[in-house]
Amino acid sequence: MANTQYSVLSGAQGTISANKVLKNTYMLLSATLGFSAITAVISMSLALPGWMYLVSVIGAMVMGIFVLPRTANSSAGIGVIFAITGLLGLGLGSILTMYLALPKGPEIIATAFAGTGIIFLGLSGYALTSKRDFSFMGGFLFAGIMVVFLAAIANIFLALPALALAVSAGIILLMSGFILFDTSRIINGGETNYIMATYGLYLSLFNIFISLLQILGIMSDD
Amino acid sequence: MDLFLKIIAAAAMGMMVFYAWRAYQQWQEHGPKAAKGDWQAVVLPLALVAGLVILLIAMVR
Repeated sequence: MANTQYSVLSGAQGTISANKVLKNTYMLLSATLGFSAITAVISMSLALPGWMYLVSVIGAMVMGIFVLPRTANSSAGIGVIFAITGLLGLGLGSILTMYLALPKGPEIIATAFAGTGIIFLGLSGYALTSKRDFSFMGGFLFAGIMVVFLAAIANIFLALPALALAVSAGIILLMSGFILFDTSRIINGGETNYIMATYGLYLSLFNIFISLLQILGIMSDD
Repeated sequence: MDLFLKIIAAAAMGMMVFYAWRAYQQWQEHGPKAAKGDWQAVVLPLALVAGLVILLIAMVR
């Protein structure tokens, strides 16, 4: 009987803990997205060049791999994630400057923004309401990431529009899978650090937005 | 893009492939396996995402 009570309490505590991680993750995600928007506007007002995107993505990647995992369990992790997302916002601003110069640029940006929002809200809602554990997708998603990155490396030198389109489409589907994967890991207790959870969801959103911009840019003949 | 920037971008992506490979190995060895019906629960939302992207393309054309 005592064991049963313990397991019920443990289950309830686990749910409360998961809900707390989820709440903190969405609050931090909102804050980092807002901060990225501010740095993107600064980047656009300064008219930073296109190569700034590459520099900021590499800088954010290095910080995300080497610095964030070591600081995620301390308050310094908050500063690091704001630095990463601020840097990505700066790079995004230089891309948006280029898109705004296109005839249909503002329409493409607005459509990509709306599409990213719909995909994120829809998939998060699905993962939260279904309460399924999507962590079985881990191996498949990382294998997919490897394939897409190898194709992207080839396309840096080949510069084929069709391959760029395929890579962007692949990234959108993989990042959609990562939203399901990351959200289900939070609600099932697989991810207990809200800074790392925020980082995962932010990267999915960022990559979906960039890939949608590229697909819509190519397909609108701009 | 300058050749120098291309090489830098390729090296950065190569690093990502390396980290994805390590994560892949870890998930393959220690990750849970899919049960019956799990993949069906993934295919439907991803198909809806693909449909939405096609709709967005039609909107900007």
